[in-house]
Amino acid sequence: MITHLLSAADLDRDTATLLLDTARQLGAALSGREVKKLPTLRGRTVVNLFYEDSTRTRVSFEAAAKRLSADVVNFSAKGSSVSKGESLKDTAWTLQAMGADAVVIRHPASGAAHRLAQWVDGHVLNAGDGTHEHPTQALLDAYTMRERMGRLEGLRVAIVGDVLHSRVARSNVLLLNTLGAEVTLVAPPTLLPVGVESWPAGVEYDFDAVLPKTDVVMMLRVQRERMTDSFFPSVREYSRRYGLDVRRAGLLPDDALVMHPGPMVRGMEIAPEVADSPRSAIVEQVANGVLVRMAALYLLLSGEKGAGE
Amino acid sequence: MSREREAVNSWLIKNASVLGRRNADIAITDGVITAVGEGLDAPEGAEILDASGLVALPGLVDLHTHLREPGREDAETVESGSRAAALGGYTAVCAMANTSPVADTAGVVEQVWRLGRDAGLVDVQPIGAVTVGLAGEQMAELGAMADSAAKVRIFSDDGFCVADPKMMRRALEYVKAFGGVIAQHAEEPRLTGGAQMHEGEYSARLGLAGWPAVAEEAIIARDCLLTGHVDSRLHVCHVSTAGSVEILRWAKSKGWRVTAEVCPHHLLLTDERAATYDPVNKVNPPLRTDADIEALRAGLAEGVIDAVATDHAPHAAEDKECEWAAARPGMLGLQTALSIVVKTMVEPGLLDWDGVAERMSRTPARIAGLEGHGLDPAPGVPANLTLIDPNASWTVVPNELASLSRNTPYSAMTFPATVRATFLRGEATVLDGKATK
Repeated sequence: MITHLLSAADLDRDTATLLLDTARQLGAALSGREVKKLPTLRGRTVVNLFYEDSTRTRVSFEAAAKRLSADVVNFSAKGSSVSKGESLKDTAWTLQAMGADAVVIRHPASGAAHRLAQWVDGHVLNAGDGTHEHPTQALLDAYTMRERMGRLEGLRVAIVGDVLHSRVARSNVLLLNTLGAEVTLVAPPTLLPVGVESWPAGVEYDFDAVLPKTDVVMMLRVQRERMTDSFFPSVREYSRRYGLDVRRAGLLPDDALVMHPGPMVRGMEIAPEVADSPRSAIVEQVANGVLVRMAALYLLLSGEKGAGE
Repeated sequence: MSREREAVNSWLIKNASVLGRRNADIAITDGVITAVGEGLDAPEGAEILDASGLVALPGLVDLHTHLREPGREDAETVESGSRAAALGGYTAVCAMANTSPVADTAGVVEQVWRLGRDAGLVDVQPIGAVTVGLAGEQMAELGAMADSAAKVRIFSDDGFCVADPKMMRRALEYVKAFGGVIAQHAEEPRLTGGAQMHEGEYSARLGLAGWPAVAEEAIIARDCLLTGHVDSRLHVCHVSTAGSVEILRWAKSKGWRVTAEVCPHHLLLTDERAATYDPVNKVNPPLRTDADIEALRAGLAEGVIDAVATDHAPHAAEDKECEWAAARPGMLGLQTALSIVVKTMVEPGLLDWDGVAERMSRTPARIAGLEGHGLDPAPGVPANLTLIDPNASWTVVPNELASLSRNTPYSAMTFPATVRATFLRGEATVLDGKATK
């Protein structure tokens, strides 16, 4: 098993599949239990080191660690990064001294998880670093697709929206490709990175043309600051060209799945009727997030001294 | 400190390979070369140095050095940077203006110039800022800096681009009155907001905001046109892209007075280095691609790029041991420049030793207007020399470098060629590969 989970590229096909299978087994082990807790990581300490507000991801990791009986320390470092306060390196040494077995880090700078991994002995899990990656999001997305569609091999996945600034897109492209899915990126050219042609994914500008050939459509959030920096003329135009409205949803095959990593901007990138429709897996994504994070913590931390007793 | 040995300024350097061409002795009396030839007698009181197997070049001249003093003496001082320079084979360095306070007045440039004289390891030629505080809004008193004891001739807002075309035009025109040159940090700031690394395959993958080649090339093209229009002198700092080389070739074909420099790191390292997220590889302009390296090497061989300049940029540990985006750009360069030029230019046959002298000494001295530097060994010439062992190799150990900072991307890399001795006006600043003071 790998030491850290920094990038979806760290996962080969066997490891990724093992992670998804483990998530499934953990889900089965928990279901029907009165006490939703497994003793697997008793006595181990997992630190949630969050330099950005992300209640959703933090709570998901916290629940995952607690269901495995780990001790969880939440270290909210928002505002103390980069320009003021304690450096990431000093924080790393502090966590090291506290005996953290694993550190879950969310940070606004791309590569922060890589840097942390160079400074601590414990396992590092990247919970989102800048515009780089968010590998557990990709795992939960893959898990959700596999549960709903029954397979990943050959699945046609369209990832739509602000690919340029999306860590979700980067991790998903890598992991889905590893697992045999065919990814197409759909965005205005301004929101695709220069160099995207080297990614294992197709690129399309015309959303309507892609939809009939799509098994899963994953909508990305468009952040507010993009709206004022000439990436596209207006929110309405973006929505008209790249929003998943009711008409567009109708172009999808009947059994196609609609996903969104959240938080959604309803009415902009996705219409409420589509987000709340039966083909939407958005709520399941959240539930599955806890399972894949349990699996990641379990596989990284087990097999060491004291684990799994 | 108090027990200073008397400086010896008379030498007989025996059997050196002068410019890698012919073996000869070099006689130095009171800091001036008196004879170059075979079987010379030692001048009176001279020390004798056996230079068999060593190449003698005119002392190297760096057009682009950050010495950090005044302001960041924790990262580098004029003295520590001068020592690194001497160890790298340099006898003169041009100190960039982005100190704190900025070298935008006669007072600051004279301070840096005096600190250089006091250190006495290389000639430190201050560069003056083009605009007050490097802010790009008001022209600094360029004439006062030119008339000062520091005799400033190169002006640069390096670290920032003189982005406003009107300001650039005025500055180019204004310095004609005293034979000045504007050294431009070519970076269109509207295209590099938040930029962290070369925009391409790696920036896309690493999620680091891209610094596109066009942001450099657009400014170079504009400034070449402005220079031609007002018939002034432009020097382009740290050229980093293949497209820039093409534009410079075109500008030179027009007969415009444009010169350019390339940094050793842009001749050797690529953007792939960012994949570790170790900011020791973060530099501005950023490391680019293999195709750029190839074009830069060819341009340097051809002379489209006139000179190698280090952009030696020391940074304190805390400014590099952090997240990539939080780190300051820049890397050490003075002690590794010559070796990298040997590795990237001499070994592949793109330059011979005379070519090294041309690109690292004669031409930069001419661009900077430094009298007494960049002159081949000959009778009557100030004895500014460096002796290089072309057959030795060495491995970079950051803690062993003379700089106060450690931000070298070359740690543990092995390079050809070592500097055995450097002479500044006949005084050995480096002997046996060690600084004498």
